[in-house]
Amino acid sequence: MPKKIKQNDWTKPAAMAIPKEGYFELEQGRYGPVFPKTPACYGFTIIAKVKPGKVDTVRAYSKTIEDAVAGDPHCLAVLKLHYLRWVLFDIGKETYFMYQGIFDTDFDKYTEDAVELFSITGITTVFVNLEGFPEDWKTNTPAFVKFVREHQRPSFLEYGEYPFVSADEIKKALKLKAAFSAMLDQMQ
Amino acid sequence: MLELDDIQYILLTRAPALTGRYVFLSFQNPEGGRAWLAGIHEKVHSVQAARASIEKDNRWVSVAFTWNGLQALGLDEASLATFPEEFKQGMVARAQMLGDTGDNHPDNWIGDLASPDLHAIVILFARNTAERERCQAEHQKLIDQCEGVKVLSSLDLDAIPPLEYSHDHFGYRDRLSQPVIEGSGEEPTPGSGAPLKAGEFILGYPDEKDQSANLPQPEILSRNGSFMAYRRLQEHVGKFRDFLRENGQTLEEQELIAAKLMGRWRSGAPLVLAPEKDDLTLGADPQRNNDFTYKKMDPHGYAVPLGSHIRRMNPRDTGENMNRRRMIRRGATYGAPLPTDAPEDGVDRGIAAFIICASLIRQFEFAQNVWANDRNFHELDNERDPIIGNQDGTLEFTIPKRPIRKKITGLPAFTSVRGGAYFFIPGLKALRYLASLGSKNIL
Ligand code: HEM
Repeated sequence: MPKKIKQNDWTKPAAMAIPKEGYFELEQGRYGPVFPKTPACYGFTIIAKVKPGKVDTVRAYSKTIEDAVAGDPHCLAVLKLHYLRWVLFDIGKETYFMYQGIFDTDFDKYTEDAVELFSITGITTVFVNLEGFPEDWKTNTPAFVKFVREHQRPSFLEYGEYPFVSADEIKKALKLKAAFSAMLDQMQ
Repeated sequence: MLELDDIQYILLTRAPALTGRYVFLSFQNPEGGRAWLAGIHEKVHSVQAARASIEKDNRWVSVAFTWNGLQALGLDEASLATFPEEFKQGMVARAQMLGDTGDNHPDNWIGDLASPDLHAIVILFARNTAERERCQAEHQKLIDQCEGVKVLSSLDLDAIPPLEYSHDHFGYRDRLSQPVIEGSGEEPTPGSGAPLKAGEFILGYPDEKDQSANLPQPEILSRNGSFMAYRRLQEHVGKFRDFLRENGQTLEEQELIAAKLMGRWRSGAPLVLAPEKDDLTLGADPQRNNDFTYKKMDPHGYAVPLGSHIRRMNPRDTGENMNRRRMIRRGATYGAPLPTDAPEDGVDRGIAAFIICASLIRQFEFAQNVWANDRNFHELDNERDPIIGNQDGTLEFTIPKRPIRKKITGLPAFTSVRGGAYFFIPGLKALRYLASLGSKNIL
């Protein structure tokens, strides 16, 4: 990582240019190279071709997730997410699915937890509609990870207005703010 | 139904041994290796056999192989290819991810454990030293008869006095929390969780996801086997005691610091249940000493710091999918204890442990990579496991406390990795299968 970017100074917006490989130094994780934490935290951008005739199925799954989170707001907690963005787009006659996530843990570290979670919330089924997704993903985590890694497009620039701050820290700060204003109110 | 007459005893039982020896072997040709295996496999206890005679037996033997070792015995390529990737690669290739860098790097390992020629381990536990020496002499005779079988190194294990209870060189009582396997006939102690599906630890049975997929082939080889990560960890006892003295003014404070690093008092009493003062009877009482959780009982870590060893290695109800991440621990201490008032003497002493699980990558490697060495575990920012994390003197240890937390900076490394390997520990039939490879009459 470039030395000049300090990880603990959230007051200074920061940008990071990332080499083509997606990392600065090759550091092995359990399932392959580890992608670095950037001013925009960890994240991935998975792009894959949707199987013919499955575009509507993919689109409909947004509702599945909406319902799952409405039912249990903390059901995705293990992913340590900030944001998810799902996008469908066409190239020629083909439709592609882009799954972008920004989160606070190196995805690889918690892959098995993620795979487990996917089977509970129904996110999996989205992947099932993508070309090349391993049929035996439920029993073959390494194959699942391989698919994700092969379809991951690493960023070459990431920017954070409040760099490196985790979702938990933000939530803590907001909680503190709420408590503090309640206290101030009571002192009026 | 667990095939207790086929599973090696060490997976489910603990031998009442006070001494032991690990012998690390290399096979220069397949015939020699198989002859050795044919000579020793009958000495290996199954769970059933060990249980039947645990009172009168004096020694217990286990045998396991590296992937290179299976190849050296002449296992065919097709079969070798069905083993999990991390096992094929071996522990040395996984060093960076495991945190085995710097002082812990395989270049600094001893006993030739980092060598690709490491093929097998024999784990001998014995009731006393005389029995250990007798077994050793007998084993040496067998080795001498088998051409091309070479001893790379060996390690003597000895329990540390006082012998009434098991503890390590730092003085912590050990062997308190262990997962229990469904159908093993064992009852979990209160707090240890419901029995887990056998497939989490033994190949060939359904696991917590009701699967028993992707097993090494042929089935006779993998069934009733397991994987085992070996870790030889040197304990820097003098440095550890200096650290306690530097951070605690009184003996009571020093004991508390020791307890905070571990999550338990050295007596074994869990901090969740005894946050302020040690409680010796609690520490020694299996009905109570593991009966706690974190989410409700200690959410902020005021009793057990979030980064302490036991809270990392088993976050209990604060972790995800915990049933998929449990490990069975075996092993013993080695090296002469450092007398209480002696300064560090540089003698190699520590723990030589086995972490047994059905999936090294999902269980052991996760524990090592994430729980022990992820600096951001539990939002801690700049910490690793104070006992087994990769410490280079730049990291911290936070002790949450009202009203203000205490942060210890520049935490030293209390342990160093001195060796390690991934082994496959086959069932008894599989041992016979391996011994008879290459000959026509298989079984
Ligand atoms: C010098 C090295 C080590 C020392 C001194 C040490 C010491 C201890 C002690 C005293 C306990 C508490 C007793 C108990 O719960 O049974 C414990 C628990 C545990 N340790 Fe270690 N340990 C070491 C290495 C390791 C390694 C390498 C692993 C695995 C990667 C590991 C995994 C665990 C687990 C899973 C527990 C049980 C936690 C629980 O269920 O609450 N330890 N250790």
